[in-house]
Amino acid sequence: MLLSILPQVLVDGLTLGFMYAVVALGYTMVYGILEFINFAHGEIFMVGAFVGTEVLLISDSLGVLQGMNPFVALFLTLIIAMIFTGALGVLIERVAYRPLRSAPRLVPLISAIGVSFLLQDLVRFTEALARNEFYLNSPTLFSGAIPLGGNVSISIKGIIVIVLAIILMFALNMFVNKTKWGIAMRAVAQDQSTASLMSINVDKVIMLTFLIGSSLGGATGVLFAQNYGTIDPYIGFILGMKAFTAAVLGGIGNIRGAMIGGVLLGLLEALAGAYMGPLTDGAFGAEYKDVFAFAILILVLLFKPEGLFGEAVKEKV
Amino acid sequence: MAKRFGKFNGVPLLFTLVWIVLFALALYFFDQSVIAFMGMLVSLILLYYTRGSKKLKILLGVLVLLVIIPLVAGGNRYYMEVATQVGIYVAMALGLNIVVGFAGLLDMGYVAFFAAGAYAYAIFATAQANEFIPGGLFPLSGEWFWPFLIVGLVVAAIFGILLGLPVLRVKGDYLAMVTLGFGEIIRIIFNNLDKPINITNGPQGLTPIASPELFGVRLDTPFYFYFIVLVVIAFIILANIRFEHSRLGRAWIAVREDELAAQSMGISLLHTKLAAFATGASFAGIVGVIFAAKQSFIDPTSFTMMESIGILIMVILGGSGSIPGVILGASVVTILQVQLLKEFSNFLHTLQQSGLLNLPNQLDPSKFQRLIFGLLLILVALYRPNGLIPAKRKKNDLEAIKQSKHASESLGILSKLSRNKPS
Repeated sequence: MLLSILPQVLVDGLTLGFMYAVVALGYTMVYGILEFINFAHGEIFMVGAFVGTEVLLISDSLGVLQGMNPFVALFLTLIIAMIFTGALGVLIERVAYRPLRSAPRLVPLISAIGVSFLLQDLVRFTEALARNEFYLNSPTLFSGAIPLGGNVSISIKGIIVIVLAIILMFALNMFVNKTKWGIAMRAVAQDQSTASLMSINVDKVIMLTFLIGSSLGGATGVLFAQNYGTIDPYIGFILGMKAFTAAVLGGIGNIRGAMIGGVLLGLLEALAGAYMGPLTDGAFGAEYKDVFAFAILILVLLFKPEGLFGEAVKEKV
Repeated sequence: MAKRFGKFNGVPLLFTLVWIVLFALALYFFDQSVIAFMGMLVSLILLYYTRGSKKLKILLGVLVLLVIIPLVAGGNRYYMEVATQVGIYVAMALGLNIVVGFAGLLDMGYVAFFAAGAYAYAIFATAQANEFIPGGLFPLSGEWFWPFLIVGLVVAAIFGILLGLPVLRVKGDYLAMVTLGFGEIIRIIFNNLDKPINITNGPQGLTPIASPELFGVRLDTPFYFYFIVLVVIAFIILANIRFEHSRLGRAWIAVREDELAAQSMGISLLHTKLAAFATGASFAGIVGVIFAAKQSFIDPTSFTMMESIGILIMVILGGSGSIPGVILGASVVTILQVQLLKEFSNFLHTLQQSGLLNLPNQLDPSKFQRLIFGLLLILVALYRPNGLIPAKRKKNDLEAIKQSKHASESLGILSKLSRNKPS
């Protein structure tokens, strides 16, 4: 009985893990350049989920959605959500982070916590005003499942989430490693002042980082809404914490590390959620799965703070 | 500021006295006016800026808190309730001030210690403890409240050390995330600890928690809690002041400013940070016991991350490291949170009922908490990163010390040299 659910658990874990991975990219990119935890990134993800769901709901009520190929619909939704959240990320950077770049390290973090609360309530108000409730049910574009023999099956939307996440990560990897802007980004991450001497516009690169990180977060929001159906303005916090955990697990600042860390964390969490209860006779069930993720964060920070793939940094005086 | 006012050297004493009398009267004649209450609190701030000797000002402050407020508003449940709430948060913010303000450790899971104190009392002051301790000894009577203030302190301090030991190896913003995670872990654990052994009664919470008793009198109205809270605040303020310029306090500030430099001056990072964590936690523990006794009902929803962040906002808004600032920040945020928004939305409701205004129910200001917290945090970070009343650094006048009766040889390392000098 325990083994028969394993394929399902693994697919759930992978779906979750790839979502963590894409959100973790946003944390890791910003950290790599500014050494600053963009606390509001989880909320950007949440805004993406709401924008995507709203696009689908509105086009559904306008009757546009029915005749449309679901892949085209998902693609368009993703594009709109990514543009919106990307712009939002740039705006937040400009207003709340840039003036604080030379401030002590805790000050921008405080500002970021403020942004994250502000976004939660803004979304809640807009939704409450527009729809009279702030829990949204997303229309599902893809239904059905691929049977795997027995009573085990894999849902199609899960596979779509995984495939899209892989495409996004692949594109980002190409961008960072192969394009001029990507090289500029890595240069700024290594040394801001030297990069600026090499005629790299540091402000622009930072803006670009926020643009890309935030639009990736927004895209994940759309995928999340598709996969789980229901969203509320508070999904960003826990998911953001876990994505941050994933980024730390992979070595913060390291893009490939974030991807692997995300997938790993998703798998671990799904396995823990499914098996912890039966293995401990119900004493510690799935309700502890959030504890599990936090415990991993703490353990990694304690014993391998540079993460699985990061380099240990010696502290300089 | 100082330049614009020219010779601003304090509010005249007379003005402050008139103010106090005015708002004492307002407090007496209006039944539920948050304005009158705030005016009374403002009088304490005025007092802080009043010209005059420190002793006189402290005396006046104590007079306002211990005599005037209970006298004019003691019979008024509403005022006493608000005052107690403000007091509880002031006490907590002062505790967090040690961790965040003095030692510079951004603790975002502070409410976990508050919860530890609250549960320590609640479990034994309800029948809950019978679930895992045989003998039917519980609930304990209200006299046990007093020893449990110490128990809450100790339990929370132990929590602080246990959490601190692993957590304090990381620093800066990592520490913020880890403490945030720990805060959530504690809440989730309290929420689920109704099995396998029922310790916290899970999401149902614990009730009825015994009210404190003293010489057979049940102290179960806000009036009594007002005094209990005042005593605790006085204790915490005293501790804060004593710590601030003590050896440990200076070590905290050194660690806050530069860990490496502090370490090379011979300060043990782990010990100093642990001491900060444990001290801050123990204050939260005492307050937790009072909170549990006052509410007579607790459940895990009282100890969410929002509470931690709220207390953090109080400290940062007021001025982290600054004792008067933190008191001000805690009062402002608490009144804003529990009273002002509610009053404002009631006001809008009456406007709506009289047809002057048409506002959808969703825009009810009492639901704006996160929005306002968020805006406050951003604005403070951008424009007043040191808070409303920034912390003052105690200035040591080196020349004066050199000139003082201690000859230069008897100071610092020179004293050792001179002691070893062959005579």
